[in-house]
Amino acid sequence: MAMQIFEYNGSAVVAMVGKNCFAIASDRRLGVQLQTIATDFQRISKIHDRVFIGLSGLATDVQTLYQRLVFRHKLYQLREERDMKPETFASLVSAILYEKRFGPYLCQPVIAGLGEDDKPFICTMDSIGAKELAKDFVVSGTASESLYGACEAMYKPDMEAEELFETISQALLSSVDRDCLSGWGGHVYVVTPTEIKERILKGRMD
Amino acid sequence: MGDSQYSFSLTTFSPSGKLVQIEHALTAVGSGQTSLGIKASNGVVIATEKKLPSILVDEESVQKIQHLTPNIGVVYSGMGPDFRVLVRKSRKQAEQYNRLYKEPIPVTQLVRETATVMQEFTQSGGVRPFGVSLLVAGYDDKGPQLYQVDPSGSYFSWKASAMGKNVSNAKTFLEKRYTEDMELDDAIHTAILTLKEGFEGEISSKNIEIGKIGADKVFRVLTPAEIDDYLAEVE
Repeated sequence: MAMQIFEYNGSAVVAMVGKNCFAIASDRRLGVQLQTIATDFQRISKIHDRVFIGLSGLATDVQTLYQRLVFRHKLYQLREERDMKPETFASLVSAILYEKRFGPYLCQPVIAGLGEDDKPFICTMDSIGAKELAKDFVVSGTASESLYGACEAMYKPDMEAEELFETISQALLSSVDRDCLSGWGGHVYVVTPTEIKERILKGRMD
Repeated sequence: MGDSQYSFSLTTFSPSGKLVQIEHALTAVGSGQTSLGIKASNGVVIATEKKLPSILVDEESVQKIQHLTPNIGVVYSGMGPDFRVLVRKSRKQAEQYNRLYKEPIPVTQLVRETATVMQEFTQSGGVRPFGVSLLVAGYDDKGPQLYQVDPSGSYFSWKASAMGKNVSNAKTFLEKRYTEDMELDDAIHTAILTLKEGFEGEISSKNIEIGKIGADKVFRVLTPAEIDDYLAEVE
């Protein structure tokens, strides 16, 4: 069996835009090919209260890239005395990924944040930094094809936070059920201008 | 005095705790042509004398006020060639920031990086400090800003400042004339009057240069025709 490096650990990440809010969700499985190693792997991380990044792909690069990005953002905060806007952060991630053009980080990031005037921003990019902006949803990981289908069917614009949570959770769980490499629950963040709600989903535990 | 024995080497402190080369650099600045800047409530103006060594020099080819980015401009007092080098480095740093973050560089960040370059030239082997002080004028999300950067690499934010030959008269004049709620056009008039204070000879649009930036966040050097209009208003 040929080893596909992007499918080595298994992952699923999705982000959706709502009305002055966004949601970002991921699965929780960490595997080594067919064996499940952990069921509480953290794929989504907070950069600051209004910017989140979810990373799918090879787990070691997920962790290292996250550490590098937090490092860069902390320095930025100290120098500029402000938080990074989501668009700026996305440009930074893209630049950092392209630095390693000929030996890349094997990750696909999903970035979600609230920009100026609380306007939600989402984007994804490939492992060498090609940005893809979207107005509705972005997906990434081994379950991405199922996620595209589920999101396209379930998404509607201008959902409020609670309805957005339901929609993204259903899309995530139904997609990872069709993918043997991702699943074992879900981790969902719904972010509005006033609060961040973090929830764990219990789905099919396989 | 003990200091003079330490004045040749940049990287050696004198017994009085000074780097004498930097003092000399400041002297070079102090004998340069006067320049000044004023921060208004809705913009910033910077201006300088443009005394050319002979009437045969094509004054249109000389531009002392330069852009660093579309919304940040700079003027200097001191050595022109050193200024050119700093402008080049600063423009590159501003563009690198823009390439990385796809966002225009904030004024404070650009000033800090330029000042860092100037400081590096006070602590390296085989180089000398820059013989210029800069006045950086910009308008970004934090509003209008005016910064002075010295050869030592220290920088200060000013409401109004002057540098060069006529610095003490100019600063006294500015202290009297400056008000917090001044608008950009008032500031331009005040800048012209301040330049006039120590001006040798007749002031005209051919021997001064004025740059301004307003709430539109576009830095512009005024044309001689525009300067003539302001000069007429001041008379």
